[in-house]
Amino acid sequence: MKIMQKIGLGLFLLAMLSFSFLPFVGSYQLEADIVRAETKDIHQEAMLEILQPMYGKSYDSNIRFIADFNEYFNAYNEGLKKAEEWDRVIWDDYAFALTKAASTGPVGEQPYLYLGITVLLGVIGALLYILPLYRGQPEGIKNDGIFFSSMKSRGLIGILTGSWLILFYIVLYWFPEYLTNLVLMVDPLSMALSGNPASQWFLYGFVYTLAILVMGIRMFRKYRGNNYQMIRTASVMFFQLAFAFMLPEILVLLNMPWHDFKNIWPLDYSFFYDYRLDGMLGSGALGMFMLVWGIILIVLGVPIFTYFYGKRWYCSWVCGCGGLAETLGDPYRQLSDKSLKSWKIERYLIHGVLVFAVVMTAVTLANYFMEFELLGYATNELHTVYGFMIGSAFAGVIGTGFYPLMGNRVWCRFGCPLAAYLGLVQRFKSRFRITTNGGQCISCGNCSTYCEMGIDVRWYAQRGQNIVRSSCVGCGVCSAVCPRGVLKLENANEEGRINDMPIIIGNKSISIKS
Amino acid sequence: MTGLSTKSKSKHFVIIGNGIAGVTCARHLRKADQNCQITIISGESKYFFSRTALMYIYMGQMKYEHTKPYEDWFWEKNNINLIQAWVSEVDTDNKQLIFSDKTIFDYDVLIIASGSKPNKFGWKGENLNGVQGLYSLQDLELMEQQTHGISKAVVVGGGLIGVEMAEMLASRKIPVTFLVRERNFWDNILPMEEAKLINRHLLEHHIDLRLATELDEIIGDENGAVKAVKIDSGETIACQFVGLTVGVSPNVDFLKGTAIELGRGVKIDGYFRTNIADIYAIGDCAEFLEAPAPDRKNIEQVWYTGRMQGETLAYNLTQAKPVKYQPGIWFNSAKFFDIEYQTYGFVPPAWGKEFESFYWEDQGGKTAIRFLYYKSNQQISGVNAMGWRLRHEYFDNAIQKGFQLEKVISELGKASFNAEFYQPFHQEVLQQYNTQFGKSIKQSKQSFLQKLIGSRL
Repeated sequence: MKIMQKIGLGLFLLAMLSFSFLPFVGSYQLEADIVRAETKDIHQEAMLEILQPMYGKSYDSNIRFIADFNEYFNAYNEGLKKAEEWDRVIWDDYAFALTKAASTGPVGEQPYLYLGITVLLGVIGALLYILPLYRGQPEGIKNDGIFFSSMKSRGLIGILTGSWLILFYIVLYWFPEYLTNLVLMVDPLSMALSGNPASQWFLYGFVYTLAILVMGIRMFRKYRGNNYQMIRTASVMFFQLAFAFMLPEILVLLNMPWHDFKNIWPLDYSFFYDYRLDGMLGSGALGMFMLVWGIILIVLGVPIFTYFYGKRWYCSWVCGCGGLAETLGDPYRQLSDKSLKSWKIERYLIHGVLVFAVVMTAVTLANYFMEFELLGYATNELHTVYGFMIGSAFAGVIGTGFYPLMGNRVWCRFGCPLAAYLGLVQRFKSRFRITTNGGQCISCGNCSTYCEMGIDVRWYAQRGQNIVRSSCVGCGVCSAVCPRGVLKLENANEEGRINDMPIIIGNKSISIKS
Repeated sequence: MTGLSTKSKSKHFVIIGNGIAGVTCARHLRKADQNCQITIISGESKYFFSRTALMYIYMGQMKYEHTKPYEDWFWEKNNINLIQAWVSEVDTDNKQLIFSDKTIFDYDVLIIASGSKPNKFGWKGENLNGVQGLYSLQDLELMEQQTHGISKAVVVGGGLIGVEMAEMLASRKIPVTFLVRERNFWDNILPMEEAKLINRHLLEHHIDLRLATELDEIIGDENGAVKAVKIDSGETIACQFVGLTVGVSPNVDFLKGTAIELGRGVKIDGYFRTNIADIYAIGDCAEFLEAPAPDRKNIEQVWYTGRMQGETLAYNLTQAKPVKYQPGIWFNSAKFFDIEYQTYGFVPPAWGKEFESFYWEDQGGKTAIRFLYYKSNQQISGVNAMGWRLRHEYFDNAIQKGFQLEKVISELGKASFNAEFYQPFHQEVLQQYNTQFGKSIKQSKQSFLQKLIGSRL
């Protein structure tokens, strides 16, 4: 069994290595035909001329190809900008599309082979490692040795893993042209699902979904015997696979706009952007349903479900970000900061992002209906800033890249505007709470240590107080790791839910109010 | 409140010991009186940490930092002075403490909360290297050193610390032989069925459990380190580490020779007063002249009793009219490897004729519940649960008010504290009850709507 796990780990590392180096193999050759096919009509003439020096030239690395492309393309744009001929400047980014089309390497010819030695091998390796976990041991959650593990306690391996993830996200968001080989290898899959070639986003969605599925299986092993964890994990696996990955691609196949029915504004910050609204309004009854359903989720779904179940119904049962955090991120949950200081920072940041998202959306909608020129400029600026800072840098690079450094819920805790909205409802109008079981707490701190949201659960538990914090995503792990049966997530009457001055049961001498 | 504060303006409360009792007392003193001076002295650590979590540090589930229930700034913010020092003498005439480095420290009111120390029973070889108890942070550090790279350990003493130590060692893949004097694990506290349930679980975790076995002597090598133990059957078990976990006793040696009256611990009355004015004792180190309740002992060595004693003493020291310490319905909990145990009320290992017991055990043999009730009126006296979390509030109320067994059995849903989606055993228990007593009671059921919104019963 040990051997099988070692082989699994070895295969996984091998797969990670090939995944990391695959982008740099192959050769590239640009032809006029490719440019003609990949550029918009209005840019075609200019682009054909700009890139002329590259035609027929064979590049043996994408780095040199992209460098040349950028040189010619930027020189053209810079010249126009200097001459202040703004309307002739090409704002579209053709680097990814042209690099992908110009690839003549082995990946495009044998995509399945390369998919096999990267992603498939990785999945097999991971499963070989995961499936034998805790085999032959009695049911029960084992967190033994977590703080001796370099990977799980910010050791060298953890820092390396974090750095790799951060780098991957930076390239994915801002330099996808370097990932063309990886995208090429999932092209056939994308064709089969949506009838379109893959983009970097398809690649990302594919890998993301696999990460949730494989690490979801790890959750099944680790939390055996705890039905809440099992069902919750199955739920995020289902919603990611069906709603976030498959369904949107099938919609595209049916000539509908790409749409994730479980994503909710303001996490889905572009929901009210003009192209999204036009897309939905222009897609008949189903498009109209998308719009109405999206709005129902915002104005009714969030408050009603959160009233009955707490924000967990979304954050740890449905959400894709939450899904990744609860599966891929589970090994890092103990790294979240529990200090009072970080709670203060959290409240400023997350509500700040919520305000930003609301203001941006308000301006966007005002512009949509008024078509006022000045507003149009402001809308574009806001979209750029939000997309860069929040949508990409915060949610992606920091949100996931920092798993091994700051815990698995950095984005959800400090940045997600939907979590902020859900949290406000949860704090002030909900039946959900974590009940503290009388006087049984022994202040051991397992709950606080393993809270991914950085809530100092023990602070409440040891004074007999229910936990009703807005940030709690209801993952249930505090309750699962408690050695004395002190914590229980439950939905019950609002009466007595918030007890700021709790009385701990057991002392008849006096009524102590903590 | 303000009147009180002025009165005690210059009063300096000095607490020896920063465990749960001393720290709780300090916190509540500060809550009630903003102006008094409070100092906590401990040689073990500057900051309060949770002793119950020591095992998790060894197992790599937590770091020392995680065991601190309050962040370091908390003490300064609340103007509680922390001193890390060992007290070696108490001069009750001059109201002074003398530290091990001969520093002299004045107090107005002294609160002794110095906790326990592991028992040793004069076994041959008990002072060899590699032989130790587990109570303090220093013990943990020692255990870390002494178990490094070893291939076999023996744990002596079938109590809570013993089973924790076995779990700690097992988490590091060190084979453990566990010597238990009793015929079944912890059967001086647990009834036989519960004790046997734990026996089986220990075996399932590959612990070499030796029941009804006593330590004879510990054998050392030429370097003064342990190399084996001899047990009462004459068998010798080779090992490089021996954990002595045969209970704890009050840590009061530093008070010997003072005017403070000692028994096994510091003798106190129901108000925590010692025989000397302005000196009090709370927590593990205190010995009540009279047990605080019929089902309680004169020395209470439980986490929450330390907490309650600290709360009550702080009240007495800051309010005009002191109250007598009066613990409520007994409760406790523990975890034996993966099986949680909770108890409420009175369930001794064996009971008199006036009681009757109703016991249910799951087929898997890992979940069980026992009710002890009075034969005369069917009122429950207490409950034991294995692998089944119970609601403290419910049972505190049920036992106080004398709920009848039947009522409790039909309200198990309400009384249970298990996580959501947990396998519900209520029906099985109910069925057994009905069969056993020829009844046909039913459980209060949730409506579909209640189920849908996951409502508590």
